[in-house]
Amino acid sequence: MTPNEIISVLPYCKPFLFVDELMHVDEKGAKGAYAFDGKSDFYKGHFKDAPVTPGVILTECCAQIGVVSLGVYLLGNSIPKHLQIALSSSEMEFYLPVFPNDRVVVTSQKKYFRFHKLKCTVKMHNSEGKLVCKGAISGMFKVKADG
Amino acid sequence: MNEERYTRLKKIIKIYLPEDVSVDDISAQSHFINELNINSANLVDIVLDVEDTFGIMLENDDMDQMQTVHDALLIIDKKLTDK
Repeated sequence: MTPNEIISVLPYCKPFLFVDELMHVDEKGAKGAYAFDGKSDFYKGHFKDAPVTPGVILTECCAQIGVVSLGVYLLGNSIPKHLQIALSSSEMEFYLPVFPNDRVVVTSQKKYFRFHKLKCTVKMHNSEGKLVCKGAISGMFKVKADG
Repeated sequence: MNEERYTRLKKIIKIYLPEDVSVDDISAQSHFINELNINSANLVDIVLDVEDTFGIMLENDDMDQMQTVHDALLIIDKKLTDK
């Protein structure tokens, strides 16, 4: 699967798609980028008059690029028509704030993909190349065709 | 039932028990998901730890059949015999 094909089957859309492009995906991991839209609704409330991208959104961005996109690649042709996925665990540490309109790059490394569970280590860097956050995220992929 | 294998398995399960379930609640008949409240993602971790601890490999079918602690012990026994 090519990066564009992977993005086309991701089960997200605006305002909850946090993948602009995938630069690289192989058996071992994924690398992709996303630019946070300064007009996103959550900036109005996080924080009042001081917009910063919420950590949960950074985690979601890491999961969509690092775990879900990689999982789609690894499933390849066995991917069901309606992909169902669930976040099963995330353990993240945050180092720097991400402000509206910043472009981040997420890289992931596969720890294992067994019995429909994909566990990865993920890292996010900002447009200056500085580490924003890192951690480990796992997701479950439902592959039953009739499910 | 092989007591030594059961003890080793319990030690693995213990790591993934939610806070409201104690290690004393584990019996051979315990259902991983319905009784021990272990989610399917943690069940995968239990299987991976079982593989490392006993030096065996489990397949998707084994995973599907592994509903209770007793099921897990049967699979471990079979894999060790086939080795």
